[in-house]
Amino acid sequence: MPDSGLLFWMVLIFAIVFAILAKWGFPVVTSMIDKRKEYIAHSLELAKEADDKMANMMKEQARIIAEARSEQNRILKEAAEARNNIIRQAQDQARDEAAKLISEAKVQIQAEKESAMSEIRSQVAMLSVNVAEKVIRRTLSADRAQMDLIEKLVDESSRIEKANN
Amino acid sequence: MKKWIRNILAAAAVLLSVPAFASGQSEGQETLDVKTMLFEHIGDSYQWHITRIGDRDISVPLPVIVRSKATGWHCFLSSRLEDGPYEGLYCAEGGKYDGKIVEKDASGNEVRPFDISITKNVLGLMINAVILVVLVLCCSRWYRRHDVLKEAPGGVAAVLEPVIEMVNEDVIKGSIPERLSSRFAPYLLTVFFFVLINNLMGIVPIFPGGANITGNIAVTFVLALFTFLAVNLFANRHYWKDIFWPDVPWWLKVPVPLIPFTEFIGIFTKPFALMIRLFANILAGHAIILSFVFIIFITVKMGPVLNGTMTVVSVLFGVFMDCIELLVAFIQAYVFTMLSAVFIGLAHEEPEAEGSDK
Repeated sequence: MPDSGLLFWMVLIFAIVFAILAKWGFPVVTSMIDKRKEYIAHSLELAKEADDKMANMMKEQARIIAEARSEQNRILKEAAEARNNIIRQAQDQARDEAAKLISEAKVQIQAEKESAMSEIRSQVAMLSVNVAEKVIRRTLSADRAQMDLIEKLVDESSRIEKANN
Repeated sequence: MKKWIRNILAAAAVLLSVPAFASGQSEGQETLDVKTMLFEHIGDSYQWHITRIGDRDISVPLPVIVRSKATGWHCFLSSRLEDGPYEGLYCAEGGKYDGKIVEKDASGNEVRPFDISITKNVLGLMINAVILVVLVLCCSRWYRRHDVLKEAPGGVAAVLEPVIEMVNEDVIKGSIPERLSSRFAPYLLTVFFFVLINNLMGIVPIFPGGANITGNIAVTFVLALFTFLAVNLFANRHYWKDIFWPDVPWWLKVPVPLIPFTEFIGIFTKPFALMIRLFANILAGHAIILSFVFIIFITVKMGPVLNGTMTVVSVLFGVFMDCIELLVAFIQAYVFTMLSAVFIGLAHEEPEAEGSDK
């Protein structure tokens, strides 16, 4: 049979121990353990989020690099095009300039040629006049045919003279 | 390694059989009342007997507090009782109140006064309670003084935390619905550590330990009573409905309330089983270890050779049993807590969803 004295003391001691531990003992410990558990769970979640973020960033980074590379290609292509354009334009310009120069030279040559021709013509006329003079001086007494020829020559000469003036 | 063990055993055998030789020759005639000695060790007493050197008993005297109907309160140290009656009170020998403090009433019959003496078990309870409170408060002080989010627990907290967490997570939260578990956790943790520390201190053979506290039915009765109250005082309607109007065919409950009656008995048998389980396990453990020790003294009469051999055997078995008892100390505390938690959890079960109980 349970002894009454021991029952009394056991109730008292257990009640006191329970009161003390329930007030200052276990709730503190369990709440702290729960708090830490929550904190660990939260930290793990954060770490997972950070991981996800990191993966996203990596993806973003790769995307940016790819973009930059395509941009670079585009710019290089554009530059090449621009270069080609400039060269082509320069070539066109040079060609036009050359054509202009040639046409100018042609005009000048024409003019030179014409002036030279007229000079030559006048010189020939002079020469022929001189030749004619000499011929006339020598054979003025000749026949009628000669006289016609001379007349014709004189006529022509005078016509040239007229044209020249 | 094996050689090492064998050497130790041999040395133990030689050393242990020497006193056997000595005592076997000098007081071989003395008979040994094993039963009385056993119950002296696992029972309660008014003084804490430590040992006996020669003819002198060394024991811690404890205060006796009794209230006699005739002479009122008495309060004195138990050492006063050694030399016969003190203030009309004396220790009964034999009879109904064997070993208890009694007095003689007017007609000369032995009657027991109201006795709340600080006996061996009470003092053991007090010591263990103080140890428990100090340990747990040290642990909780660590948590108050340190930032739990920045430091790993150290000292007592590092030892107690895993145990507290195991009991709290596996036993309490596993058996009691989430919203209520924090309400019952302090009680169940207190029960667990209270039983555990008393079990462990019971295994320690000398003074502060050695009292057979959880192997005493009064102690386990109080523990079971607290669990009984914790279960039934906070139970919900569904629990009471299940007891007095369970979901069984009507003829099992209307003319003769057969099932309600068994359910009602069940309210009491559950804590009763808790009480008996803890009490019997610890009592049996103490009794077995003590029996192994007694073997040494019983075999003294059988001659030195047999006594020496049996000494070695009983010491080996004693060591083995002590290891088992360490395990049992933990298991019984665990089982008591777990079953208490399960009973509390059952008292808070919600009714099953409509239609599913057809």
